Amino acid sequence: MSGANRIAGQGRLTPAKTARFTFDGKTIDALEGDTVASALLANGVHLVGRSFKYHRPRGILSAGPEEPNALIDVSRDAARRQPNVRAPVQEVFDGMKVESQNRWPSLAFDIGGINNLMSPFFAAGFYYKTFMWPKAAWEKVYEPFIRKAAGLGVSPTEEDPDHYASRYAYCDVLVAGAGVAGLSAALAAAEAGARVILVDEQPEVGGALHYDLSVKIDGQNGYDWAQATAAKLKAMENVTVLTRTTAFGYYNHNFVGLVERVTDHLTRPDKKLPRERLWQVRAKRVVLATGSIERHMVFANNDRPGIMLASAARTYLNHFGVAVGRKVGVYTASDSAYEAAFDLKRAGVTIAAIVDNREKPGDAVLTEARKLGIEVLTGHSVIDTKGKLRVSSISVARNGGGSARSIPVDALLMSAGWTPSVHLFSQSRGKVAYDAASGRFLPGTYAQDCLSVGSCNGTDGLQATIEESLAAGELMARATGNEGGSKVELRGENAFEWTGGMAGAAEGAGVDTTVKAFVDFQNDVCAKDIRLAVREGMHSIEHIKRFTTNGMATDQGKLSNIHGLAIASEVLNREIPKIGLTTFRAPYTPVTFGALISHSRGELFDPARKTPMHAWEEAHGAVFEDVGNWKRAWYYPRSGETMHDAVNRECRTVRNAAGLFDASTLGKIEVVGPDAAEFLNLMYTNAWDTLKPGRCRYGIMLREDGFVYDDGVVGRLAEDRFHVTTTTGGAPRVMNHMEDYLQTEFPHLKVWLTSTTEQWAVIAVQGPKAREILAPLVEGIDISNEAFPHMSVREGKICGVPTRLFRMSFTGEAGYEVNVPADYGQAVWEAIWARAEPLGACAYGTETMHVLRAEKGYIIVGQDTDGTVTPHDASLSWAVSKKKTDFVGIRGLKRPDLVKEGRKQLVGLLTKDPNVVLEEGAQIVADPNEPKPMKMLGHVTSSYWSENCGRSIAMALVAGGQARLGQTLYVPMPDRTIAVEVSEMVFVDKEGGRLNG
Amino acid sequence: MLLIYCPYCEEERSELEFRHGGDAHVARPTNMADISDEEFQEFFFLRDNPKGLIFERWRHIHGCGRFFNAARDTVSDKFYRSYKAGEPKPDIPGVTTATEKTVETYEATEGTAK
Repeated sequence: MSGANRIAGQGRLTPAKTARFTFDGKTIDALEGDTVASALLANGVHLVGRSFKYHRPRGILSAGPEEPNALIDVSRDAARRQPNVRAPVQEVFDGMKVESQNRWPSLAFDIGGINNLMSPFFAAGFYYKTFMWPKAAWEKVYEPFIRKAAGLGVSPTEEDPDHYASRYAYCDVLVAGAGVAGLSAALAAAEAGARVILVDEQPEVGGALHYDLSVKIDGQNGYDWAQATAAKLKAMENVTVLTRTTAFGYYNHNFVGLVERVTDHLTRPDKKLPRERLWQVRAKRVVLATGSIERHMVFANNDRPGIMLASAARTYLNHFGVAVGRKVGVYTASDSAYEAAFDLKRAGVTIAAIVDNREKPGDAVLTEARKLGIEVLTGHSVIDTKGKLRVSSISVARNGGGSARSIPVDALLMSAGWTPSVHLFSQSRGKVAYDAASGRFLPGTYAQDCLSVGSCNGTDGLQATIEESLAAGELMARATGNEGGSKVELRGENAFEWTGGMAGAAEGAGVDTTVKAFVDFQNDVCAKDIRLAVREGMHSIEHIKRFTTNGMATDQGKLSNIHGLAIASEVLNREIPKIGLTTFRAPYTPVTFGALISHSRGELFDPARKTPMHAWEEAHGAVFEDVGNWKRAWYYPRSGETMHDAVNRECRTVRNAAGLFDASTLGKIEVVGPDAAEFLNLMYTNAWDTLKPGRCRYGIMLREDGFVYDDGVVGRLAEDRFHVTTTTGGAPRVMNHMEDYLQTEFPHLKVWLTSTTEQWAVIAVQGPKAREILAPLVEGIDISNEAFPHMSVREGKICGVPTRLFRMSFTGEAGYEVNVPADYGQAVWEAIWARAEPLGACAYGTETMHVLRAEKGYIIVGQDTDGTVTPHDASLSWAVSKKKTDFVGIRGLKRPDLVKEGRKQLVGLLTKDPNVVLEEGAQIVADPNEPKPMKMLGHVTSSYWSENCGRSIAMALVAGGQARLGQTLYVPMPDRTIAVEVSEMVFVDKEGGRLNG
Repeated sequence: MLLIYCPYCEEERSELEFRHGGDAHVARPTNMADISDEEFQEFFFLRDNPKGLIFERWRHIHGCGRFFNAARDTVSDKFYRSYKAGEPKPDIPGVTTATEKTVETYEATEGTAK
């Protein structure tokens, strides 16, 4: 048995194929193909949730993704759990667990329901006003309380074990929506030879044909025609048909995001299958066939479980074989609801009455209602409803007053007409236009290569829809150069053409401030709230939306937009188009993070870059730090050593013996060509034409504004060939910066740039024993101090492999940087290590490198400079050529503020207490007793314990720093004030004897 | 996501392959060292931020690597055309560059709602 309300002979599901799931712990029998909503209704369950703000009992309103009430928590197992799933969209599978949300302790008895009684205090905008005072309580008391009391589902706590896929696709024509319109358009485009992608969010194609049994196309039952047409399209090579796939976002240049739900309906999904697949489609043309959504009627207590859209009741009956009640009332302003009554009546359900708030419904439906013996009350309204957890009766009164009559019902179907789904059109930046005759917003001005067809375009009538769609499909195919095929013709017939529809509050919505006539069910917005917003001065629809939350969040106004607008229009006494429509935001329905992230998670989120020597470093106990995407050896602790111990030992060892350092991450650019020196003259502040082949020079690169952009050592290998190094983090942007100038400002220069960062492994060998270590390994290069002085470069061989050997130093010791092709990096490192270790050398990491360079006052761009520092501020004036007539930054350096006295300059700081190590970033003041706000002179940029100096050392940017040498300044900290003396930046080997030794 | 025509590769490619490079046709003065503060300000700091037609630089950084220029509408993101670096600013028929007078202000657009 799959539910007492399943009616034999109705619907398309097979009674033999059953599925079983639990709802709040209770077992529910269902049929394969059921949605959670249809299965619950089949079992007489209408109460499925509590509302967002007032915790009012809510039921199933719709049969589609517009569902605002029946939001449930669905889980397959503990980790596979998803909150806020729409019950009419989720297909059942055996063993699924469904929980209702926003209720405690139970759905039927919910403590939070007290909010409903206290609702006078919770009018629209209440939290902007009620919780104003005291200010401090907002963060600690009010906000946590409100967040707890209001809300929907609860986020899963476990990591999502599923995987997700993503792919790109291209087509001539993308058709969104596979109802009559979409299928017709896809068929016409496909027959003309176009590459077509047809998508629909439902498990099967058909759209409105799911419920409209009267439709016949070419003599065939409409739903069967749809399935046959989809099968025909699927068999065509040029067509892709995607069901369970939502076109959720329409972006620039016909880029459309689709999400395909691959396994959420399967009992035992193949583990290889992704749960969802994101399709990023670039379509030459798009056909929007997204249909329309039925609106609810706005009247008092229109939100009780059992009150639903008329078309939803038809879907439950005609597709799922489920009667939503036994004694059903209808409240409508549109002919369409009559057909729901007809279908239910023919299936044996009692129709209590059709209450039509129009005086004159369509003749055809009226005649048919009389024929079927259904009572029709025209010019009447439902002014209230009763029933605690399900509607039990409706109060009906003649429009304009009169006594109310109570009619017992167990379900109420409603329709205020249809809202064209212009969401995707609006997302494409198309402008909607208001059609006063039909009271609808329809696609007006198109912004992209797309066309709307069928009811989303305001086209009424089956044959008109078919013809419009066939023409659009063919037109789009022809526009993308497809010549083939024969003209498709289809003939459609159906029982009734619908008229009518209304927007805004109906009679029963009342005008006072207590009646709850819901406009937006999901956000608990009533007609009175919109009136209140207008009274409080919100006259723009955008303000009204934000004040009341109407149409916000995942709902995006599918049901509420037009009603909200009409009520505002009435109160403001301005026409609807003058108030304007709020913008529809993507996504159309919520998209999981999993689908959007796809494989970009965990290790694949952001690739790690590892140097050729990484494995050796790991094996020798290195602790790594992240520098951009690089993993760099930070320090090499020996057993029992703290980081501090290890760094102190490494610092001592390098200055006393030698150290090996992996400098492979340095950016490297090969600058080649007859104009290479001239090009570098323009890119750097230094002069390069005077640099002789075989020599190196430290270069500073500025931006045009005169501020330091990057630095590095550049070696000249030949007249026309330079080996440029950049900072580790700066490599890509320096390359881009150089390319930019070369291509656009100096295209006359014959220069070629190649990024060689990853081609070279770089081993820095630094310290008094460096030469002794390397000498026996190097072939073809005389590395004696005389032949190969500081700042030289030679090409030769080391350990039998080619090398570019640099004599340079970032430590202040005599040192070398051995560049070898990356693949030989680890082998050469190991060979050097085999020589170095017995001589007392160590491997050192980036922390020691930082300390050693600070001891020598060498700056790190980006640490000691911050984009507002000139070379002069950094005591690097010697590197700025005074003879050159042009280089990037030459003019910027002359700007008035850059040559002014008192600029912040880089200086050394020595704490009065040598054991105190300053905090990097700490502020510096002249007078520690000055009342707040104190005048900040600058800040500490680098600060370390220097084992070699036996004290702390620091570098700082200080206003007028060079003139303050010897002055005492102060660094105020939360717990104390530290006195410091301004000093030179070089703390070790001021004469440079070690460097050149 | 935009679809951008690279005039060097001669095909439309996804925005993912490109990097935006700011305004086009801002020539770096050849007598850079000698220009006045006002000229430097004009060259380096001041840009128009027009509503509507803009000429801007793009680099096909994950493709051919070349810089090129494009005429785009800043409201609709429609690309009128792309052209190679060094080519003159093209005429876009029927489209005029926004002047100061056509710039929309809050007061002009929202004035009635106040």
